[in-house]
Amino acid sequence: MAYGGWRWFWRRFRRAGGAALVSAVVVVAALGGCGAPGSSGDGGAAGGDEQVLNDNIGSEPPTLDPALMTDLTSFQIVNSVMEGLTRIGPDGVEPGMAETWDISDDQLTYTFHLRDAVWQNGDPVTANDFVYAWLRVLNPETAAPYAYQLYYIKNAEAYNSGELTDPAQVGVKALDEKTLQVTLEAPTPYFLSLTAFPTLMPVHQATVESNPNWAGEATTYVGNGPFKIAEWVHDSHIDLVKSDTYWDKDTVRLEKMHIVMVNEGSTAETMFANGDLDSNGNLNPQDVPQLLASGEAKTSPMISVTSIYFNTKKEPFDDPRVRKAFTLALDRKAIVEQILKGGQKPALAFVPFGIPNPVSGKDFREEAGDYFTDADVETARRLLAEAGYPNGQGFPKVTYLYNDNDTNRALAEAYQQMWKQNLGVQVELQSMEWKVFLETQRQGNYDLSRGNWVGDYLDPMTFLDLWVTGGGNNRIGWSNPEYDRLIAEAKATSDQEIRFRNMHEAERILMDEMAIGPIFFGVNVYQEKPYVKGVFRTALGTTDYKWAYIEGKGQ
Amino acid sequence: MQYAGQRLVVTIITLWAIATLTFFMMRAVPGGPFSAEKELPPAVLANLEARYHLDWPLWRQYLDYLYRTAVWDLGPSFTYPNRTVNDIVRDGFRVSAALGALAIAVALVAGIGVGVAAALYHARWPDRLAMFAATMGISIPNFILSGLLIYVFAYHLRWLPAGLWGKPAQAVMPTLALAALPTAVIARLVRSNMLEVLRQDFITVCQAKGLSPARVVFVHALRSAVLPVITYLGPLAAGVLTGSFVVENIFAIPGLGKYFVQSVTNRDYSVIMGVTMFYSALLVVANVLVDLAYRLVDPRIRL
Repeated sequence: MAYGGWRWFWRRFRRAGGAALVSAVVVVAALGGCGAPGSSGDGGAAGGDEQVLNDNIGSEPPTLDPALMTDLTSFQIVNSVMEGLTRIGPDGVEPGMAETWDISDDQLTYTFHLRDAVWQNGDPVTANDFVYAWLRVLNPETAAPYAYQLYYIKNAEAYNSGELTDPAQVGVKALDEKTLQVTLEAPTPYFLSLTAFPTLMPVHQATVESNPNWAGEATTYVGNGPFKIAEWVHDSHIDLVKSDTYWDKDTVRLEKMHIVMVNEGSTAETMFANGDLDSNGNLNPQDVPQLLASGEAKTSPMISVTSIYFNTKKEPFDDPRVRKAFTLALDRKAIVEQILKGGQKPALAFVPFGIPNPVSGKDFREEAGDYFTDADVETARRLLAEAGYPNGQGFPKVTYLYNDNDTNRALAEAYQQMWKQNLGVQVELQSMEWKVFLETQRQGNYDLSRGNWVGDYLDPMTFLDLWVTGGGNNRIGWSNPEYDRLIAEAKATSDQEIRFRNMHEAERILMDEMAIGPIFFGVNVYQEKPYVKGVFRTALGTTDYKWAYIEGKGQ
Repeated sequence: MQYAGQRLVVTIITLWAIATLTFFMMRAVPGGPFSAEKELPPAVLANLEARYHLDWPLWRQYLDYLYRTAVWDLGPSFTYPNRTVNDIVRDGFRVSAALGALAIAVALVAGIGVGVAAALYHARWPDRLAMFAATMGISIPNFILSGLLIYVFAYHLRWLPAGLWGKPAQAVMPTLALAALPTAVIARLVRSNMLEVLRQDFITVCQAKGLSPARVVFVHALRSAVLPVITYLGPLAAGVLTGSFVVENIFAIPGLGKYFVQSVTNRDYSVIMGVTMFYSALLVVANVLVDLAYRLVDPRIRL
């Protein structure tokens, strides 16, 4: 049987308790005659290379308004229908609506020269569209959740928080129809890649002002990207067609994308196996190991890290030796290979692979290497003994907190067992519903908890500034003045050499103190037929179809 | 008339109680619509709270919400800022209702048919087979049945599409998955009542008067035997409409069911309230209709 079908079938049964196996078989026999021949969609395969891509994004994008979106599903669609000043492509930052740009010597002023591009309704894209879009994001009344992605711009934060009421003082101006000038608060070497981020994309002023819900329907949406929304049936599918007004339309080869929203991984996998889908970004986690092993699923790097957060304000995890002992006692190789089986990499440091250092040209992670040895049980035991708990004796009762799902539960049980076996410590497990977990973690009501972080932009800073004293995402209560100084200095300078030196040094301090215990670096798992070419998957988890095409489907 | 008035008052009080309980329970649960793995800066959070009036005192939010529920204008969803709750409920319910109606129709026709056949062939092989299948229909959870159907008819035989909604072929498997349990329940109800009715004196009288067996069974006996099925229709409609979440999710059907669960997970307050109040109103009305239908079928019943 192809595709390990029975195994797929059996897994479903085991998950359900398996009790109904025999009875189910009888029912199938009874229903055998009921099914009418249907249109499974795999008939009538195109002879040549019809440039149509059938994709699955798993769920309804919450919004396609660049100002309001915060999730990867929305980002994926908006990358196709909108374009910012720049676009992140296979070769890094590429010109988008901006054809060229000048950066002042102090790296505080960016002058973007826009190309002759038009909106999908024929209106020209002007510098004012950007000014309008960015001020709209920052306007407190818009309540844009990702407004802080623009805080690098002069006075942006003050305007967004209501301290400043005059938008003219925000550092973004249209010098003329085609020239946009942006003034920053401090040098931000990754600002050009940020201008590709959805929150900084332009919007069509007249459209937005005429209908507050313009971004909720295909008929009212006006974009400027490589594709145009032809149809949007909520919770069902979005159809995109190639835009004939896009400035770089000659590069775009796909004529149509039919993007369905199938949330159940197993159903999407069946549709992929049947040929109803050419690519699928939503898999059932339990099926991933088998699909990867058989080559039916692939992985791409993603800058994310899953760690154990220690409550550094509470005994016994206020002692770095205990934190280190707990980190070293875990066998990441076994966790990744035997439990996750999804292509993840053991994390022996905090910043993931995939972020280049522009000075050396090397990967930040490879440059710094590992900060500790995996499953270093001997050192772990020694450190725990030094902290006053030889063989775990006298260790207080502690609890590991996680949000409930199959993977997290399996991980928690593995940690528990390894800590017991390697350190002689009994750790209780507690699972919570997602938002309750977040709230509990935020309030610091835990000893140990699951932590996960996905980068927002391609720079180590997106990971390292989490742990500055009092930082909004610093849910471990850790504080180190030297660390704070290094991060502040890196943020204030435009000298990449100093920045990267400081960031390496900061990571060393973080790992020395083991404020968090890194476990593994994540990956993006997807299915894609061999005839789908040119899809660009970023390490930030988004997918770009501008360069995608179909080749050899008929063969 | 007096009865109708009483029912109306009770209905309004019931809905108010549900609205109040839901509102305060929802707010008592930790975590809000904007809590996320990535913490929002305080200024951004303040802007969001101001926009959705979460900065108002609770009593004012409660009164505002009661008013908006009464006029059925529940505002935008927190998760889907460009869609109003009214849109979400309308679009989703249209699909859920179509799927539910199909499932109920299948369950009624198949359930009554199988039940009658089982009663007529009491203690013989058709009866045993029907009751075996009914036991199975009750004991197999619908997500297992859904998976099994997809495996057999979509993956293996490739007769039917694995998911999505809109074409007739796409409705076959979800309808069967959703109809299995009510079909089994109805078949058992009809069978046991039919057996009882067939033993009663008036059936003997009918037979003695020389009525055809078909007329005796389908006109006289069935009319009595089907009464419990009508009682069951209220909870059945409720169960099918609110319980279709799993089936809708497996077959990627854009129904309202998923919002029932998803809105709670997201703490999408306006959708939680909208879906809860919509279903509550629907159930209350369904119960009243069942009472009326009961009276129509059996005039001896006084309401």
